[in-house]
Amino acid sequence: MATVLCDVNEAECASARVEEDCLWLSDDDFTNATGWSLKPEGFCKGDICVAATSASTAPLVRNGRINVSGFWRYLGHPVVHDEAMTVWALGASAGDRAAALQSTEAPDFCLPDLAGQATALSELRGKKVFLATWASW
Amino acid sequence: MWQKLHAENQERNFTVVTVAMDSPEAARPWIEAVNPTYPCLIDRDHRVAELYNMVNVPQAIWIDEAGVIVRPPENAGSSDAFRHMNRATKQMTDEQLAERDAMKLTYVDAVRDWISKGPNSAYALDVSAVRARVRLPDDKIALAHAHFRLGRHLRREGELEQAAVHFAKASELHPESWNIWRQAADKDETGLAVGPEFWARVDALGDRPYHRPVDMKGISPSGS
Repeated sequence: MATVLCDVNEAECASARVEEDCLWLSDDDFTNATGWSLKPEGFCKGDICVAATSASTAPLVRNGRINVSGFWRYLGHPVVHDEAMTVWALGASAGDRAAALQSTEAPDFCLPDLAGQATALSELRGKKVFLATWASW
Repeated sequence: MWQKLHAENQERNFTVVTVAMDSPEAARPWIEAVNPTYPCLIDRDHRVAELYNMVNVPQAIWIDEAGVIVRPPENAGSSDAFRHMNRATKQMTDEQLAERDAMKLTYVDAVRDWISKGPNSAYALDVSAVRARVRLPDDKIALAHAHFRLGRHLRREGELEQAAVHFAKASELHPESWNIWRQAADKDETGLAVGPEFWARVDALGDRPYHRPVDMKGISPSGS
């Protein structure tokens, strides 16, 4: 079992196995955790597909399982894990974040208030938004 | 202060949105004291800081009706005057308070100007000006955010020591982020990260600012 933190998701992955310091998941757990799927044309998410093999590194697919940490690193995204390798955080790349900011479209997000009611930034289109951060610390 | 701004301008296609870089329980007393009529969101994993490459609070972003950034993240009118407060009593002199308040008022007046003039406001930046000002994250910052996210999760699961390891790593990779450092730091009885380690880190800035000066007409950075 491993907990995979990816984007805003937190997935419990029963199929998780750690081999050679890599996190391997079943197809279903991989898709559930990351939103990517393995298809004949490669790893796909939305309109994007990436080739399934990596020439110089270990294979990303073996015995019906997917090397999720290997795939994430192959994309150039950060991967971190706890000591026991049961909690993994699959981060976003600087490139992706930078590209979004350079578009000057305000990156969307959805967060709860104290009552648990979620608001997405995109819901506020049509109004000028003054967004201010703060903290109790 | 933001509540006043919001209440005065509700008829004008404008809303304040605040984002607390905090856990809900830490943010609660502050929110309940204000009783806001605008969205007061809780960002316990600092997602917005990651998306927008923000490093401190309070920082502000101005977004127009089409969802386009017209001012990328900047210091929301805060001054570095606090660095010279009496650290034992946490008191500021009248002069320091006046400087702090003046800077804030100037910033809020700029927001008002934008509310009334929209893209014709001198404070609303066009696309090329936003691109020139926006600060982009690098690989170390991206990795720092991954460590921070993991640390926050581990902390919620009660793995405090391991969480601390990842917070330390995050700060090492992204030393400019006070959000990361202060969220992880020891807090006093009111929840503030203002212990000796905080002051040491502030003093280590030397001439560098704690709150990056706002690049805005009418606001001058605090002298030391």
